Amino acid sequence: MEKYQADVAIVGAGGTGLRAAIAVAQADPKLRVALISKVYPMRSHTVAAEGGAAGVVRDDDSYQKHFEDTVAGGDWLCEQDVVEKFVHQAPEELYQLEHWGCPWSRKPNGDVNVRRFGGMKVPRTWFAADKSGFHMLHTLYQTSVQFPSIQRFDEHFVLDLLVEDGECRGVVCYDLQNGVFRQINAKTVFLATGGAGRCYLFNTNGGIVTGDGMALAYRHGVPLRDMEFVQYHPTGLLGCGLLMTEGCRGEGGVLYNKDGYRYLQDYGLGPETPVGSPKNKYMELGPRDRLSQAFWNESKKGRTFKYPLGEAVHLDLTHLGEKYLHERLPLICELAMTYSGVDPVKAPVPVRPVVHYTMGGIETDGNTATRMPGLYAGGECASVGIHGANRLGSNSLVETIVFGKIGGDAMAEYAHNHKDFDSAELTRQAEAAEKRALDLFDVKGTESMSKIRNEMGQSMEEGVGIYREEESMQKTIDTLKGLQKRIVNVGLTDRGRVFNTEWMNLIELGYTLDVAQCMVHSAINRKESRGSHQRLDGPNGAYKQRDDENFLKHSLAFKLEGADEPRIELSDVKITTFQPAKRVYGAEAEAAEAAKKAKEAK
Amino acid sequence: MEATTKTMKVTVLRYRPEQDEKPWEQTFDVPYHRDTSVLEALFYIKDNFEPSLSFRWSCRMAVCGSCGMMVNGVPHLACKTFLREYEGKSLKIEPLANFPIERDLVVDLSDLIEKIERIKPYIIPDAKNANMPLNKNFKQTPMQMEAYLQFAQCINCGCCYAACPQYKLNPKFIGPAALTLLYRYNVDNRDAGAKLRAPFLNSEEGAWSCTFVGYCSEVCPKQVDPSSAIQLGKKMSATDYVFNMIKPEH
Repeated sequence: MEKYQADVAIVGAGGTGLRAAIAVAQADPKLRVALISKVYPMRSHTVAAEGGAAGVVRDDDSYQKHFEDTVAGGDWLCEQDVVEKFVHQAPEELYQLEHWGCPWSRKPNGDVNVRRFGGMKVPRTWFAADKSGFHMLHTLYQTSVQFPSIQRFDEHFVLDLLVEDGECRGVVCYDLQNGVFRQINAKTVFLATGGAGRCYLFNTNGGIVTGDGMALAYRHGVPLRDMEFVQYHPTGLLGCGLLMTEGCRGEGGVLYNKDGYRYLQDYGLGPETPVGSPKNKYMELGPRDRLSQAFWNESKKGRTFKYPLGEAVHLDLTHLGEKYLHERLPLICELAMTYSGVDPVKAPVPVRPVVHYTMGGIETDGNTATRMPGLYAGGECASVGIHGANRLGSNSLVETIVFGKIGGDAMAEYAHNHKDFDSAELTRQAEAAEKRALDLFDVKGTESMSKIRNEMGQSMEEGVGIYREEESMQKTIDTLKGLQKRIVNVGLTDRGRVFNTEWMNLIELGYTLDVAQCMVHSAINRKESRGSHQRLDGPNGAYKQRDDENFLKHSLAFKLEGADEPRIELSDVKITTFQPAKRVYGAEAEAAEAAKKAKEAK
Repeated sequence: MEATTKTMKVTVLRYRPEQDEKPWEQTFDVPYHRDTSVLEALFYIKDNFEPSLSFRWSCRMAVCGSCGMMVNGVPHLACKTFLREYEGKSLKIEPLANFPIERDLVVDLSDLIEKIERIKPYIIPDAKNANMPLNKNFKQTPMQMEAYLQFAQCINCGCCYAACPQYKLNPKFIGPAALTLLYRYNVDNRDAGAKLRAPFLNSEEGAWSCTFVGYCSEVCPKQVDPSSAIQLGKKMSATDYVFNMIKPEH
């Protein structure tokens, strides 16, 4: 097996991985950075993010407001010290991208413009039309090529972490293009592999979003935190699930049910705001969890449209006019036309909630360090603590660059304090991982990989969807346990080594299945409702309420040696200045704020 | 959004370097409805008939650039091309032309990637802007952004290289996507690196190799119009040349 010696190995070359690589290269050009990704960097799923990235720039905005929106939006399950750091560093990182060439949309005077987004008190979302992730990713990729210390391993799929003396000291990967294995020793490893939306059947995610990094960390005893919090984005296209950005509503798009009624006013988000005058934190600019839950309730009331591809509500943008839509939401127009046959300029777009984002992930501290020395994680695969129980739109794109930078700096320092690692033990582990991968070719079973994948996705929708109950979650737990038994009997038909996607997909599916188990076990253990985790059950419906007494806690999913299911523990939430309160939007929020001000004035 | 199902004959080019001497064809009957994309047809084949068929894909929404391939001889993104467009015909899917085949529908893109990275695709600020503080943006009016924004929409899918007759004849040609990116940075008002990129633009393999066939722009799935970027690049290159004659210290 070929061996490569690095100072820092970064797994994943999306927004977070690229930003981290650049940070290491700038901190010390002598540090050897191995940037490993199963795809070319510009294919990473950051590319699909549409709406934008939040950072305080306006005179009427403040760090405090961004902090409060984020913590309340996360239903108080955020690490408040980390959120404080995050909101302070966000503008700096966004300006940095501007200096690197990102085409942020502008005001007529040439300064960066911002747009409204759900759950945010003040417009603070930087945007590049509706291709914000695309432009961020390409800017980072193109910027990164000027640093010779970054050596890329494109189309390299990571099979395992190398761990010695309890420290992470490298990875072993499969080079798809050449069909060979590579051992990459490193002083420190950064996981930036993105989310795990592919646990579900109906999702906005690319095919590569299979939870690889989460599973790698989990299998080595690093817990996954808050995995029950899976975000349904309220506006996905029917059938394919592609995303209609929240920017649609930020720009003034409205949602109607089949009676032509702006139903969100019935769910604590009103009163109705006039069409064409969106108001922050009202109606369509409520947070994603509330909007997705409202859809579920409308469906129960029989007030949704019924299409051959499923139930929907209508996202109406027609009042914005062709010129404005083509300037602000060109991709949305293209996607709706191409994949739904609807021109948003002329007609409302049928949409429904769709799995979009994993709030939870690999447990890290505010500097992206996991509890395993040498192992760091950032971006969607990590739980650094800023999203809590519900992420606000446009906080994740900025998370990629803020924590990419923080992680890169932290790893550069770690690398300076450690010598090169190489040992017979690391080589033994790499060879063992290679053997495990190759042994898959010897399986003679008749199980079908696509069946297992679809049954997993379907079962996750049923058990761990927008609303959850003990019984259906238990069913999903049982199903996943059965699938774990079946996946070892998938026989491969493709014997080749070069670009064998059947083989790689099987290993990916193993990762996804582990992550799915962490989601449902964390969910069944959380006997309350908070953010995106909403339950309908409990004695006298007790779990329908938030229960701060017992569950103002993170969930931690641990892999136990030999066990086929995770063990769930709870850990404390860091609260600095913002005490838990009722989470309110619309007029109720305004009333609460007025009452608070009146109290302070006394 | 109809769910009625028809069937189409889909032929796929196969090549497995470890066992096939040369590429061969395999044909499948694929059910489809109004919304079935070529990519979904490939999913169907992989899940139901031929798990060993390899192809790149990810986003399904024409933005990651993974799934460029030849559909009935024309470069397309598989995810943005629909079987309904070929109603009454059959489909032939082959790897992107003008690149070496790695395996099945997967081509070796390293030449494209190398060229994109070669032309210095990043902001090179002038001395006075090199240390711009991180609480300030460059001024860039919407009109200044207009100058390059279209050329910043390239998703690096490689369709334009598969269409380019010049690249086919001379693989050294820097080619449509990379030259477009070069032009994109040259006309960004934050950038002062045009002089450093001039050797690529003006070289034998640069803009002047292009014979303005325009097929690249025709097939571009993102309407980037590389052909026009290259013509504008030529103009820039000519100005450069004249400038250099009168002002050698430029």
